[in-house]
Amino acid sequence: MTQLTSFTIAEAREKLAKKEFTALELTDAHLAAMERAKDLNAFITMTGDLARERARESDKRLAAGHGGALEGIPLGIKDLFCTEGVLTTAASHILDGFKPRYESTVSQKLRDAGSVMLGKLNLDEFAMGSANITSYYGPVKNPWKAKGRNVELVPGGSSGGSASSVAAHLVMGATGTDTGGSIRQPAAFCGIVGVKPTYGRCSRWGVVAFASSLDQAGPMTRTVRDAAIMLRAMSGYDPKDSTSAQLEVPDFEAALAKGVKGLRIGIPKEYRPAGLSPELAALWDKGVEWLKAAGATPVEISLPHTKSALPTYYIVAPAEASSNLARYDGVRFGLRVEGKSLDDMYAKTRAAGFGAEVRRRIMIGTYVLSAGYYDAYYLKAQKVRALINQDFTDAFEKVDAILTPTAPTPAFGIGEKSDDPIAMYLNDVFTVPASLAGIPGASVPAGLSADGLPLGLQVLTRRWDEETLFRVCQVLEDAAQFPLLPAV
Amino acid sequence: MGYIIKGEKHDWELVIGLEVHAQVISKAKLFSGSSTDFGGGPNTQVSFIDAGMPGMLPVLNGHAVEQAVKTGLGLKAKINRRSVFARKNYFYADMPQGYQISQYDQPIVGEGTLVLDMPDGSTREIGIERLHLEQDAGKSIHDLHPHKSYIDLNRSGIPLMEIVSKPDIRTPEEVGIYLKKLRSILRYLGTCDGNMEEGSMRCDANVSVRPVGSTELRTRCEIKNVNSVRFVMQAIEYEARRQVDCYESGGTVDQETRLYDSHKGETRSMRSKEFAHDYRYFPDPDLLPIEFDEAFVARLRDALPELPDDKLTRFIKDFGLTAYDAGVLVAEKESAVYFEEVAKGRDPKLAANWVITNLFGVLNKRGIEIGDSPVSAKDLGRLIELISDNTISSRMAKEVFEAMVETGKAPDAIVEERGMKQITDTGAIDAAVDKIIAENADKVAQYKSGKVQMLGWFVGQVMKATQGKANPAMCSDALKKKLDA
Repeated sequence: MTQLTSFTIAEAREKLAKKEFTALELTDAHLAAMERAKDLNAFITMTGDLARERARESDKRLAAGHGGALEGIPLGIKDLFCTEGVLTTAASHILDGFKPRYESTVSQKLRDAGSVMLGKLNLDEFAMGSANITSYYGPVKNPWKAKGRNVELVPGGSSGGSASSVAAHLVMGATGTDTGGSIRQPAAFCGIVGVKPTYGRCSRWGVVAFASSLDQAGPMTRTVRDAAIMLRAMSGYDPKDSTSAQLEVPDFEAALAKGVKGLRIGIPKEYRPAGLSPELAALWDKGVEWLKAAGATPVEISLPHTKSALPTYYIVAPAEASSNLARYDGVRFGLRVEGKSLDDMYAKTRAAGFGAEVRRRIMIGTYVLSAGYYDAYYLKAQKVRALINQDFTDAFEKVDAILTPTAPTPAFGIGEKSDDPIAMYLNDVFTVPASLAGIPGASVPAGLSADGLPLGLQVLTRRWDEETLFRVCQVLEDAAQFPLLPAV
Repeated sequence: MGYIIKGEKHDWELVIGLEVHAQVISKAKLFSGSSTDFGGGPNTQVSFIDAGMPGMLPVLNGHAVEQAVKTGLGLKAKINRRSVFARKNYFYADMPQGYQISQYDQPIVGEGTLVLDMPDGSTREIGIERLHLEQDAGKSIHDLHPHKSYIDLNRSGIPLMEIVSKPDIRTPEEVGIYLKKLRSILRYLGTCDGNMEEGSMRCDANVSVRPVGSTELRTRCEIKNVNSVRFVMQAIEYEARRQVDCYESGGTVDQETRLYDSHKGETRSMRSKEFAHDYRYFPDPDLLPIEFDEAFVARLRDALPELPDDKLTRFIKDFGLTAYDAGVLVAEKESAVYFEEVAKGRDPKLAANWVITNLFGVLNKRGIEIGDSPVSAKDLGRLIELISDNTISSRMAKEVFEAMVETGKAPDAIVEERGMKQITDTGAIDAAVDKIIAENADKVAQYKSGKVQMLGWFVGQVMKATQGKANPAMCSDALKKKLDA
């Protein structure tokens, strides 16, 4: 049974169609792997019974010859997506016992495509974090370890459970959400593919909101092809989300074979800060060579406002979060700590329900929106955001895609940087600009560090041009021959 | 105007601005498909969006946007073709999202004007500062349990228009006229039913005072949520006096929010400035800006009904009504429509008189709306025809009208049943006249000797002889002809 977990989504799709194994067998193999790898703490809730039930239904549809695009494929769902009748926590104490009576649009689309949800994946509380150490349900471990060091490493965040479970073959793919890098950075840390599509490509309806103008769902998989398959199933206009785009969803998989011949690849000079590790700088150069060898032309470009992106992000995102998280008030659902008055109940509930990082961001957000500070912080941040957006617009006049490292370092040990929020926030320095601009971005595992840890390269393209994104990613993947973790 | 508050040191005048929250007539809520019907069981009209559940997103109700634009056009206001929803952040148990979606620095409607028709026939223009769309909160119910509060979210998310006046209002009387006029326009437009008792129109008043002759704007107090025109006026009168007393005794007025207690007839402090919320407004990232083109506005403008000001002008011009009568008739759209049906092809002044004096009298006495009138416009119109063509006299008409009110029957049927037809047959009248003249030689002599006022006595006698059915004018003519011969 074990090797059933070694397949990619594309391979499993073929084999299920050929009846080499059943969806139930595939699901059971993954459920068994989940049991064995409980130590990773990748799941908050495992939904084995529900999964087996859905796998049986998949088998019926497969037998009848009308399986969906992801029929019988076992997936993990980040526990930020509301799932009908299944505990949804956002990894926060404040959502204790919350079982939504509705299903998020993205998870519903994945269900409609025939996929089988194995459980709800751990994350940073309310998706706030870059190491998956802020979860009320405990930190997630990275299945990778540095050579010769028995130190547990972080999987990155906030989609840490998603990245860890995909890398460890517990699921064939997982949903992530990316607000400032929460898909791309953990994908890089765990040696998998993570795609943040264009803002508006996937509906946000039913996804617990962190920062509404930035949040975007996307797939996390072991291969570029799998990401293309999964993203197509997740995407599409949703009248329930006013910010979702009324656009046809392209066949991303069909774009994969098109190569990069003739494409111009931008290499932004601002993404080479003094602290960038020489390994990463070298890998980046290698990535440029690979694309050149495949017929693309590297072009040095400038994104002059890059250095302002991180401070801008840490104003905009907490501002929106401070408002989005106001609804967790103990009145209608989740945790309530009784108090002497309504205000006292709010204060006690929220103090007990939110962890330190969430409280920090609510405080920052409340501050930057308050009377007398709004112009200096929030308004200014919005202006800088427009400039960052303009940087990309200008760059894409000259190039078709941009190549950068995904994160400035490989995965670090659990407990490191946890007392230094600024050092932690620097993890997102390369991913945040694309989030602010709403353009698509992906991380592809491209190599290993000297001590054997995954390193990722990030590809960025124009708004709605995920097809070019996938083409570049496929070439990188083919060239990198990245050593994925084996199924165990 | 002259609403002057006499103080020991100064004469003071009032400066008033009004914020009216008008519930938009719409089947669905502003950002969800839930029903907006009044009177549903608690929490029966609540979607996941209205309840602020995790991951729920607002979707704008396009009809509410049309209603706001129509209202803006009705207030002769600037329509902003791009406006933005903002979140107003504060915590309250009946506000599930922890913020109200409203509009802040970019409202859908800008400056406009409302014309007040003063009782002396003059008019006064009050500036409209802005109109914006926002969602209502739910309702907290504190009296169902000794130490628990209940929450009903049926109102949560109901679309409101907040209509803000400039501080142009100077007297409590103008406040009353403003509210009635605004209500009238909203009802004409069909954008709000203006029902203050059910809370579909609510008013906050910003009140300050200043010495007569000064142009400064002093610290204002906001009086919240008063639920009738009369109470708003009373609250303002009380509040003005309170502020004058503060200043005259050497004190100052603090900026604060005050509540009106209609039982005690006084306002009292609800929230002082130190405890004022910092609402941390910012553009709602879940919603796109509202944008529309000029064609959208033009389509709504072309479909606007005739509004009270235009109708008033037309009634005066086309029907020769007095400004007062026309004002009474146009105040409610239904009254104006009723009147026009009565007046069509008939004597408009007579029609106005009957509608205002007789019909409104009955409606007021019974406490009913014109829509429930026991007399249809068609029947009242027919009654006026019967008067005009001398079938019945005005005096008889009053009797017929009373019967119409009681029985709901058409006037012709009543006239027929009761044999009330006026005698207009000259032969019958002449016969009666001849008889009276013959029987009263002494009275005839008096008349002929110059006592012409005796004519009235003769008319009375003829009427008596015909059981009141003779047409008085015809009697008079016939008598004069014979007596003067």
